Amino acid sequence: MSETFDRSREFEAIVEAYERGGGDPSVLLDRRFASFVVSGNRILSSNSVPGVVLEGQETETGVRAYVKVEPGTKVPFPVHLCFGMLPREGLQEITSEFEIGEGANVKFLAHCSFPNAANVRHIMDSRVHVGHDAEMEYSETHFHGRRGGTEVVPRTEVQVEAGGRFRNQFKLITGRVGKLNIELNSELKEGAVCDLEVKVYGRGDDEIRVRESVYLNGTGSRGLVRSRIVVTEEAQSEVLGEIVGNAPFTRGHVDCVEIVQGERAKAKALPLLQVLDPTAKLTHEAAIGSVDKRQVQTLMARGLSEEEAVEVIVRGLLK
Amino acid sequence: MLKVQDLSLNLNGKPILRNINLSIHRGEIHSILGANGTGKTSLAYVLMGLYRPTSGRIIFEGEDITKLSVHERAKRGITLAWQEPARFEGLTVGEYLHLSRERGGGSLSPERCLEMVGLTPSLYLGRPVDQTLSGGERKRIELASVLAMEPKLAILDEPDSGIDAPSLDQVANVIRTLAKGGSSVLLITHHEQIAEIADRASSLCGGIILKTASPEEVVRFFRNHCRECLHVNRPEEELVRNF
Repeated sequence: MSETFDRSREFEAIVEAYERGGGDPSVLLDRRFASFVVSGNRILSSNSVPGVVLEGQETETGVRAYVKVEPGTKVPFPVHLCFGMLPREGLQEITSEFEIGEGANVKFLAHCSFPNAANVRHIMDSRVHVGHDAEMEYSETHFHGRRGGTEVVPRTEVQVEAGGRFRNQFKLITGRVGKLNIELNSELKEGAVCDLEVKVYGRGDDEIRVRESVYLNGTGSRGLVRSRIVVTEEAQSEVLGEIVGNAPFTRGHVDCVEIVQGERAKAKALPLLQVLDPTAKLTHEAAIGSVDKRQVQTLMARGLSEEEAVEVIVRGLLK
Repeated sequence: MLKVQDLSLNLNGKPILRNINLSIHRGEIHSILGANGTGKTSLAYVLMGLYRPTSGRIIFEGEDITKLSVHERAKRGITLAWQEPARFEGLTVGEYLHLSRERGGGSLSPERCLEMVGLTPSLYLGRPVDQTLSGGERKRIELASVLAMEPKLAILDEPDSGIDAPSLDQVANVIRTLAKGGSSVLLITHHEQIAEIADRASSLCGGIILKTASPEEVVRFFRNHCRECLHVNRPEEELVRNF
């Protein structure tokens, strides 16, 4: 990993990037909040709270993290995770395991910052296990510079036990990513719920690929796969939302909106629904193309120019 | 304030509006009555700049605005409330009203605008203007956004459709408030009760204005000739000649 910055300022610099990405830096120093700060392959800080164990190990190219929430623990404040790389080049591989105990309830707020990236690879391999009647929410926001020199590869395997709930939100709307390749597979048991949402703004020659799958394997389990993508300039996106109704009375919905701005941007939406039980019911809706004309006209009739109207619509969609 | 001169519109080769002549004074409510498909919404769209007329002129405050864009017309104080207003994901009612007020230069707060259309501000300001609103709620918010703009000319395309009957008085009061504040209102409606709040009214059929008179006279005309009409958009020649 090349070093093009002052190591002694690393914590300060990564926190600054974290703040620019929408994070609240005060929580990283507040002992009431569980938090974990990683820059490159270094763990800069880690704070566990009662019922939440955060363990990490530095590797040659990144960090191996283990997060455990004890059964029955209702974590009162969100757990803050900060991952980033300050150098212009390099590889960061984060391998993480989340174990959410039976009946526990926890929310993670993750911020990933790559403000200077020109040639950075960020790989995130996560395994998530949400226990019986437990609830986990994971919200990840990315902050990138303007170069688009990052390859972001989040790969997640999720298992949700009976009655459990898992909600995942991925947001990348600030700066340019470069290449984004999201892959998430989830398997749900009886009565479990999974809610996935991706919001991305692609610029320049960004390449965005999202593939999210929900396997409704337990009776009465439910899944929602939602994506909101805007591509402009020469950016391209391809979104595949898959739901498999594999058990009685399962319900699922794929909801995809992709807005294409400009003549050279391209978008593709692939809803994939499979019903393997006659009582399962899956639906999908996809809107792909330019900004809705009626929406633009309505805002123009309120005095906005066409460009301003499109900006308001896009900002709302990605909010 | 507004003068429409010999305005015609053809869409896909089909005449939609034919030689419309209309004038609206400052602070005047002018209602347009007509059956479905007679050209009412097309007239609203031409005045807002969504359709370009095939011929004729639109004069607003002495300026020919026939070739101006929607945005340019809005900047001059013209706005339109759609019959079926658009929905916006992620845009809150508060933001929508604030934006309308800011661009229109209105003085009423978003809270006051919501109260005037019968919606409780604390329950609505933070809600998105999206599919979670009922049709009636969305229509009221559209009306509130027009109030927030304090426009010089408000074109209201069936502001009463989708609103429950007991609330029609509220819609009528909002329209009167607009006029009292100095706005002119072009009010497109099916409801005779709403049409009667106007200062003047016109009856439209087949893209032709058949009659312009007091609202009572036009409502009577509409009842006699249009309400149970079996030949919509093919007005009797005598009526066209008489006008």
